[in-house]
Parts: sequence; C-alpha cells; structure tokens
Amino acid sequence: MVKKAASKTTEKPTTKKSVDSDRFGPSTIRDEVILEVKNLQTNFTTKWGTVKACDGISYSVKRGETLGIVGESGSGKSVTALSIMRLIQSPPGEIVGGEVILNGRDILKIPERQMTSVRGGEISMILQDPMQALNPVFDINDQVGEAIGIHQKLRGKKRWEKVVDALRKVRIPAPQTRAKDYPHQLSGGMRQRVVGAIGISSNPDVIIADEPTTSLDVTIQAAYLRLLKQIQSETGAAIVFITHDFGIVAKMCDRVAVMYAGRIVEMADVREIFNNPLHEYTKALISSVPKLEEKTGRLPQIEGQPPLLYDLPQGDTFAPRSPLKFSEEDALIRPELVEAKPNHFVQLSRCSVKDFDKYKDMVSYG
Amino acid sequence: MTTEEKTDYSHIPPAVGCSNDGEPIIQVRNIRKWYQVNKALPFIGKIDWLKAVDDVSFDVTPGETIGLVGESGCGKTTTAKMVLGLEDPSTDGEVPVGEIYFQGQDVKTLTSAGRKEMRRSVQAVFQDPWSSLNPRMRVSTIIAEPLEINTTMTKQERDTRAGDLLAEVGLNPYQGNLYPHEFSGGQRQRIGIARALALNPKLIVLDEPVSALDVSIRAQIMNLLVDLQEEHNLAYILIAHNLATVRYMCHVTAVMYLGVIQEYGNTEAIFANPTHLYTNALISAALPSHPDIKREEIVLPGEVTSPVNPPPGDVFMSRTPLEVRKNHKYTKERPPLIEIGKDHYVVETPWSTVTGHDLSEFHLSVDETM
Repeated sequence: MVKKAASKTTEKPTTKKSVDSDRFGPSTIRDEVILEVKNLQTNFTTKWGTVKACDGISYSVKRGETLGIVGESGSGKSVTALSIMRLIQSPPGEIVGGEVILNGRDILKIPERQMTSVRGGEISMILQDPMQALNPVFDINDQVGEAIGIHQKLRGKKRWEKVVDALRKVRIPAPQTRAKDYPHQLSGGMRQRVVGAIGISSNPDVIIADEPTTSLDVTIQAAYLRLLKQIQSETGAAIVFITHDFGIVAKMCDRVAVMYAGRIVEMADVREIFNNPLHEYTKALISSVPKLEEKTGRLPQIEGQPPLLYDLPQGDTFAPRSPLKFSEEDALIRPELVEAKPNHFVQLSRCSVKDFDKYKDMVSYG
Repeated sequence: MTTEEKTDYSHIPPAVGCSNDGEPIIQVRNIRKWYQVNKALPFIGKIDWLKAVDDVSFDVTPGETIGLVGESGCGKTTTAKMVLGLEDPSTDGEVPVGEIYFQGQDVKTLTSAGRKEMRRSVQAVFQDPWSSLNPRMRVSTIIAEPLEINTTMTKQERDTRAGDLLAEVGLNPYQGNLYPHEFSGGQRQRIGIARALALNPKLIVLDEPVSALDVSIRAQIMNLLVDLQEEHNLAYILIAHNLATVRYMCHVTAVMYLGVIQEYGNTEAIFANPTHLYTNALISAALPSHPDIKREEIVLPGEVTSPVNPPPGDVFMSRTPLEVRKNHKYTKERPPLIEIGKDHYVVETPWSTVTGHDLSEFHLSVDETM
C-alpha cells in the first residue's frame, strides 16, 4: 500500500508549461518543493559579541504554496530572507552554514555573477517600504524596466511593452501613462503595486514578501493581498510571506513557521496552528490579538520583552516569558525542533510546551 | 484641579447623538478645518478649499473612549489636533468654523488661566515611539518636563513623581536615568504614556498608539491604557484604522470619510449592525482572526476621492456602488445623521446604507476588481 502511494506521487511530473495554464489556489499546491532552506545560519559581529540572527533555520516551500513566517521584530525573519537572497552585508554579517536549494541547486555556493540572474529572475523580494524601495529620481518605466532588461535581455520597444504588461498584471489603471510617472506621483497603494510589479516582472518561482502591507490602509491592504493571491494563481509562484500579523496569516497562508530569537519554534499547517498550537509563544501571539468578530474581555498578554539577540538566555530562549511552571534545569536545556504530530513541528521544551510529557519520548532530554 | 460648582452646559448647542448627561470634558460642535490650496486670480479666479474636517460634532466623556476610524486622509488626525489646540478650526469666512467647549466653556473665550488648565488636562500619546521622545534627554527629564513648566515642584519632587509614573506604567523607577534608545518600542510607548499622565490629565488623545508596535506588545499597551482609564477615570480619543482595536478599546465610535462622520454611536451597536456601506467595507477588509473565517469583501469603486472641493452634497456619493439619482436633494445638501437605533446614528441617503439591500449584492468577485 505504502509503495503504491509513493509511486503515485512520483508519476505526477510537473512541468513549467502546465503550471501556467493551471489555476492555483490554496487547495492546488503542487507537490514539488521549489525552495528548500536547510539549517541556515547567519551571524553578525557586533561590539557586544557575535549575534546569531538566524540560528539553524530549515523550511521548504512548494510550488503554489504560501508559507507565512511570523515573529516579532528582531526574531530573525528578515535576516533569513536576506540570507536566502544573499543580500546580507558582509561585514558585519556572514552566512556561516547551511544550504539554500532553489530549483535543485545550492544557491549559496554559486558565484556572485550568476547570483545576479537568480535574484529577481528565479527568486525575488517585495520590500516593506515602497518609498524606500523606489528611487525618487527615476520614473516607473526605468525602475520596472531595469529588472526586465537584466533578466530578459530586452531593450527599447519590447522592454516598454513588458513594463506595461507587468504594470497591468498588478492592476494599475492606465499603465501606459502611469509608467511615465515618478514615485511621488503615486499613492501608497499604487507604489506598493509598482514594487510588486518589479518583483513579478520576470516570473520568479519564489516571491519573498517582507511585510509588504504594514504601511497601507486596511482597504488597500486587502486589495494588495488579494492581488498577490491572484498573481500566485496565475504564475504558480511560491510565496514566503514575512509578517508579524496573524490576521494576514489567517487570510493568506497555507503553512506557518513561527520564529523566536532566530529559531523556528513551531511550524505547521495554518489551521493546525490556529486550532492546536503547541508552543506557548504561538498560543499567546494568537490570543493576544483583539477580535473584530466579537467583543472580547481583557486580552491575555505576553509578559516581558523580546530578548536581545546578543544577550540570549541560555537553553530555551522563551523560558523567561513563559507562563508555565518549570525548574531552572529545564530552562537550561536547549530544545530541538521535532515533528510532534504529522507535519506539525515544535521546539520541544518543558518550559514552553504544556503537553511536553506527551511528546518527551521524541527527544533525549526531559 | 478646580473644584468649581456644577458645570453649566445649557448654552451648548445640541448635536446629534450628544447629550450632556456624562458631564463631558470636551464637546466638539460642527467644527470645520478648511485649508486653502491655491491663490485665486483677482475677480475671475476661484479658490480651492481642501476640506479636511467638515462639520464634525461629538462629546468626550470621562471614563469613556471615543474612536475615530477611517482611511488615511479622512480627517481623523486633524480633528484630534484641533481638540489638542494644535490647529485652529477655520473656513472660508462665510461658513461658521464651529466651536470646541472645554468643561462647558468655549475655548476661544477662555482666559489665559483657563487655557493653561485645558493644556494641562488634555494630553497626547503619539504613534511612533521612536520619534516622539527626545534622544538627548534622560527618561526622567522627559517625563518631568511637563511638571517643570506647569507646576512649582522642586527638582527632587519632580524626580520622585517621574519614578512613581514609571512604576505606574510598568517600568522600574531606576530606569529614569536611562536614555530613550536603551528601551524597546513597547517600553518607549510606556514612557510616552507616563509623560502624558504627569499632569493628571482628564483626556488623552491616542494617535494610533499601538500600530507601530510588535503584536506581542500591543496587548500589553492596550491593557495598560484600559487599566489607567479605570483607575483615573480618564477620557480617551483613540485614532485608529484597525477596527479590532477600536472594538476592544472604544465605548463610542465615529466612522469618518472625507472629513465627515458617516456612522456614529455606541461601539457595540455599530458592530452589531453596521449600516453605512463604508463601515461595511472597512469591516469586510479587516483581517480575519482565524483561517476559517472568510469575509466576502465589499470593494467600493474608485479610490478615496480628493478632499479638495468635495461635492456639496453627500461626500460618499462618488464611492457608492449604488445608483445616485441626479436630482435627489442630498446631491446638493449635506445629509444629516439619523438615529436608526439606540445610540446608533448614520448618514442616511438612498445610496449610502445597506438598509434594504442584501450584503451579497456588494460582494465583488475577485476578477472584477480593477
């Protein structure tokens, strides 16, 4: 039986051609891992010592899937994304270990010159602040066209057509006239769409969206998220969505990884995370958000502050903020990320997982 | 500070949805803020007016929070600035500018002592805790600065008071010796709140107090604000665009669009039965709290209309998906707020409410947008 199931999945080859014609939704994720991050480690050298901003991150994204990366500022979610793109400034930063496998090869090992065509071509990034991501002295055509010129080697009229096409794809009204505008002539939502157009202009396989909607109004935000979903269903791209808002996760993502102090503390399917969160941090993040649907009583709150990365508590980094009872020795054990339930990974520690005893056979400690 | 006899409210003009029962601290009546955007040529030119706030009235009562909600550019911050006295209401000179009453007295007629008392009683907490604290001042100096200006306390008394305030907002009194950069965002916002509390105010204007903070810290700050309100019987004006925050914090909500209040009343009454199309659109665009909650989105056609020379009639006219009859009287004159339920008021025109419509009429399928 098992063999049969296994052969079935291998029999389904997914070619790029069929991807374009197919419609993708949350239910039609292709069983083809497009990006795999394995034990990625990035350190920064600061005057306070070495900071492990990204401390052994592993995840994978399938074609057509949206993975949400959730965490507070300073939890390392953006550093992970920048490490994948190899955009970490060195010094002070350095990728000290791990692999990033995109389309079957480790892009941390390829030469920088090749990386230029990977970046923006196979994997692209949509940044948070559209005013900083766009250059105020170049018009929209120049900025969207730059990426098209590099990756598709187009010039002149052909390039112009592609630019208008990309703007049309992100639903900018009157793209021909808008392409001649400068960033300051556009509203915040429109600017963010332009940044999106640059990101998708070369049909990347993976889009990393780093909090693209934090500076937008609710209505504009809703429209932008809908647009990203539409683009995903048209191109079949995988999206890694970095956010600190579980509302966006609930709306957009198929799977979620929760990060805390440079490590993934829990990773599971979106419904599983909302219905049966195991880690206390995840539970607290979900319950501390006021609900629109009903009048809530006093909000439960997470005590304390996010830890300083250069002064991390030893062992379980969440222990000082955890509401659970545990001994001092427990807090000193550095927990491992284990698959507690099928496809539900959690960093198992007595300090931050209530049902620790249920799963303790999976780890050597405890 | 003053233990005067009962405040007299009899001379204050009535406004829809406002009563004098709660002994309001601030009463805003028909205030307008029009900015002139160009200079007109003599005789032939026409002056363009940006009507940031146009005919807004509400009451602020002790112990209660009023939420001003709307997209950017709807005039919520301008309204709050006028309450704080940072902007003066103004119009083109023909239309009355409206009045703001502080404890029953028109602020324009306040004596200098009265104005000083108002300044002490109305404080503010700003959105961005990174730019609202002076990086060169120690935290205790930042908190004690209002005391230095407004009281006769000695340096030692001020420092003690600053320490007490820090403890009240959940920080350690010894942290007063540190500089703002040594604190995280949530802690800085606590410092901002401590500074606002220094003069025992009656009203604090909160301009998006949690939107720049991490999600895990937001609950801490919101709970702190709620606790302080109960303890000191404070009134809050909360400016927000996150409706879930408004539902959690506010007793009264005013939904604004293009400088005009479109729906006003008790928060629970509004959320139980959102009537204006714009309120419904805002609610439908809000993020769900669980992946199984699927809200059908109501997408209003077009973008937020420019507030420069808005239509003389209903400002919502240009955004409604419903038909606007050309010669209807509300295309030429501003429609009033109508009471549609207990403590629930809405601007009612044939095209601006969902009354008599099935909500699904407004749900656009994904491909239809733009």
